[in-house]
Amino acid sequence: MPLLEIADGHLLADDWVPVAEDAPLPQAPAILSPARLRDPALAGHNGRLGLALDPGTQPEEIADLLPRLSLVQVVLPKPKDGRAFTQVRALREHHGFTGEIRATGHLLPDHARMLRRCGVTTVALPEGADLEAWRRSAEVVDIAYQPAQDEGTPLGFRRRRLRAA
Amino acid sequence: MNALVEPIALPSPVHPPHARTYRYDEVDREFLQERIAEFSGQVERRLRGELTEDEFKPLRLMNGLYLQLHAYMHRICIPYGILTATQLRQLAMIARRWDRGYGHFTTRQNIQFNWVALKDVPDILRALAEVDMHSIQTSGNCIRNTTIDEYAGAAPDEVVDPRIYAEIIRQWSTLHPEFTWLPRKFKIAITGAPQDRAAIQVHDVGLQAKRNDRGEIGFEVWVGGGLGRTPILATKLRDWVPEDELLAYLEAVIRVYNALGQRENIHRARIKILVRDLGDAYRERVEREFARLPKAKYRLDPEIVAQVAEHFAPPPFAALPDSPPATARALEANAEFAAWARQSVRAHKAPGHASVTISLKPIGGIPGDCSAEQMEAVAQLAERHAFGEVRVSHVQNLVLPHVRQEDLPAVWQGLRAAGLATPNVGLLSDIIACPGMDYCALATARSIPVAQMISERFADLDRQHEIGECFINISGCINACGHHHVGHIGILGVDKRGAESYQITLGGSATNDAALGELVGPGFAYDKVTDAVETILRTYLAHRSQGERFVDTYRRIGLAPFKEALYATA
Ligand code: HEM
Ligand code: SF4
Repeated sequence: MPLLEIADGHLLADDWVPVAEDAPLPQAPAILSPARLRDPALAGHNGRLGLALDPGTQPEEIADLLPRLSLVQVVLPKPKDGRAFTQVRALREHHGFTGEIRATGHLLPDHARMLRRCGVTTVALPEGADLEAWRRSAEVVDIAYQPAQDEGTPLGFRRRRLRAA
Repeated sequence: MNALVEPIALPSPVHPPHARTYRYDEVDREFLQERIAEFSGQVERRLRGELTEDEFKPLRLMNGLYLQLHAYMHRICIPYGILTATQLRQLAMIARRWDRGYGHFTTRQNIQFNWVALKDVPDILRALAEVDMHSIQTSGNCIRNTTIDEYAGAAPDEVVDPRIYAEIIRQWSTLHPEFTWLPRKFKIAITGAPQDRAAIQVHDVGLQAKRNDRGEIGFEVWVGGGLGRTPILATKLRDWVPEDELLAYLEAVIRVYNALGQRENIHRARIKILVRDLGDAYRERVEREFARLPKAKYRLDPEIVAQVAEHFAPPPFAALPDSPPATARALEANAEFAAWARQSVRAHKAPGHASVTISLKPIGGIPGDCSAEQMEAVAQLAERHAFGEVRVSHVQNLVLPHVRQEDLPAVWQGLRAAGLATPNVGLLSDIIACPGMDYCALATARSIPVAQMISERFADLDRQHEIGECFINISGCINACGHHHVGHIGILGVDKRGAESYQITLGGSATNDAALGELVGPGFAYDKVTDAVETILRTYLAHRSQGERFVDTYRRIGLAPFKEALYATA
C-alpha cells in the first residue's frame, strides 16, 4: 500500500508490518493491538513498536503505552466516521505524542487537509488512490480560521495562512 | 507536522452608511475561491466516476446540495440570517436565472432553491461568491449556520450583541479540521437578550450571552436540545463561560460528542441522545476536557472580538423623536396601514426608529416563498429606508431591522405594491410549514397545502385578532423541520396505511418557557385538519379568561376540554 507523507506530498516506503493477534513478532517494526503491547512477553523486545488504535478506544486508555511507541495508527472505517480526528488531536495535544501518526481506512483526498491539521503524519493510501487528487486536495484551501496542531506558538482565534514545509 | 502557519489580521470594515454585517476582505474571498475550486474538482471526479455516489454524497451535502423528489435543492447560507440589499438582489438574479423565479426562506434563516440543475451549481457558487456568499456547511454532519435573534442590534432589551459571536463561531467552525465529520449535523443558536428569540433550548448548543455585575460578557451554555423524532429540551451545562474561553468550551463540548456520539444508528446520532444517555457523566467529561485543553491556543482575544464587533457597529442613526406626527396621522387616517403596523412594527432601541417584519405568509400562499421581484422590492426598500440591511427570521419572514418611524408609511406602500404587506405577523396565519410532500423526498404527508387551507379558513383579520397570539407549526414527517413540537398548535403529517393523517399537539413553545406540545389524541384526515384546528380555537375562546393567549389558557385548563371537543362528537 503506498504511503503518503501528508506534509509534503512525498511517497514513502512502508517498513511497518501489521501483526495479527496470534502471529509471531517479526524483526521489522510491528503494529500491534493494545492488548498485545501489554503482554509481558513483549518486555524484552527491542524493535520499534506501533499501536493500532481502533475508533472506539480513547487515547487516554492507551496513554501508558505511548512512551514505547514510534507509531500510532488510526482508522476511518467509513469516510463519514470522523472519530479519528479527535483521537489524533488528543494524541498530540494532551499526550504530547511526537511519533508518526498514520491514517488508514476509507480515506478520501478530501480528508487530506483535515488529517494534516489534526496532526496526522502519514496516510496509507487506499488501493487505486489518485495521488494527484490527494496532493491537490491537501493544498487547495490554504487559509484557515481556527487553531489546530500545525502551529507552534498559540495563535488563538484568528485567520492564518497554511504553508507546506 | 512542520507546516508553517502565518497569522493574518482581520479586515477592518469600511463603514459606508449601510448594512452591518461582516465585510469580507481579499483573504476571505480567496478562501471562497479555493473552496469553489475544491468543490468543482469533486464534481469533476464524480462525473469521471472516480467518486462513487456514496462517497460524493457527503461532499455535495457539505455544499448544500440535496437530491429531492423532483430535482436538486441548493441551500444557500445566510450567515445568522443577515443579508445586504446587494446580496438579496443577487439571490433574486439566481432565482430567475437558475430556478423558477423564486426562492424559499427557511426556519434556519437560510434560503433554498428547489429547482436547480447539478451542472449549474458551480456557476451558482460563482454568482454567490461575487457577493461574498456560499453554501458551505449548509448540510452534512458538520457545524451548520449559527442562528440568532432576528432583531439583533435593534431590540431594546438586548444585553449583548449576538452577531459578533455568531460571526466568530462561523469563522471558527468553517472547515474545522476536527469537526467536519461529526456523528450528525450540529446547530448552534445564540440569544443576547433575556427574551429568547433564537430557540436556544431546541438546538444542539444554545448560548445565552449575558453580562455579570462587572459588565463582563459570558455565556450560559445549553446543550442537547432538538426536535426530530426524539424531541428533547436542552440541559444547562454551565451558567457562565467567560468570553475569552467560549471557543475553548465549545471545543470541549464537541470533542466529547465526536468521540462518543453514536454513529451506527442515524436516529440516535444527535448530541441530544448522548447528553440524555450519559447525563452528568457528559458534563464531567466536558469539564475534564475543558480543564486540560491548552487555553492560550483556543483563546478568544478580546482585542479580536473588538475588531469583529466593528463590523456590527450601529449604523448612523439620526437623532429623531418617537412617533413623528406624519406617521401618527397616517395611523389614524388609514385603517389598513394601522392594521399592518400593529403586527409588523416593533420597538427599536434608537428613538425614532423601528424594526419592520415583512410577512412571507400571504393568505393561501406558501410560507417562506419569495419571488425574485419581491426580493428586489425588499432590497430597494432596504436601501432607501433601512441602511441596506435585511434579516431572515426563524419563522420564515423577513425583517428590516432599522427603519425610521417617519418612513413607515412609505415602507408600507412599497411592501403593499409588492404583495408583501399581509398584516398577519404573529397571528394565526403566520404559520411555519416545512416543504413536505410537495418537495421533500422524506415526507410522509403534505404540509404546505395544510398551511394554505388553515390560512384561508382564518383569513378574516378580525377573527385572527380575536384569537390573538397563536403559532401553528406544521411538519410533513417526523423529522420535524416545521418545528411542530414547539408550536402552540403543532401539526405532524404521517402516513397511516397509505393515507395522510395529521397528529395535533398543543402547548409547545420554543422561547424562555420552552415546552414540547402534548398529543391531543388520534390523528385527523387531510380534509379534517382545518376543522380540528377550528374546534381547538373555539374551545380556547370559550374557556379564555381576560388577557390570556392560547397557550396560557391551554396551560391552565389542560388537554381535557380540547380532547372532549375534538373527539366527543366524532
Ligand atoms: C427538503 C429537504 C429537506 C430534507 C431532506 C430535510 C431533512 C431533515 C432531516 C432528516 C432532519 C432530522 C435530522 C435529525 O434529527 O438528525 C431535519 C431536521 C431539521 N430540518 Fe430539515 N430537511 C429539509 C428541509 C428543511 C427545510 C426547508 C427547513 C426549514 C424550513 C428545515 C429545517 C430543519 C430543522 C430546523 C431541523 C432540526 C429539527 C431538530 O432539531 O432536530 N429542513 N431535516
Ligand atoms: S419535516 Fe420531513 S417532510 Fe418536512 S422537510 Fe423535513 S424531512 Fe421533509
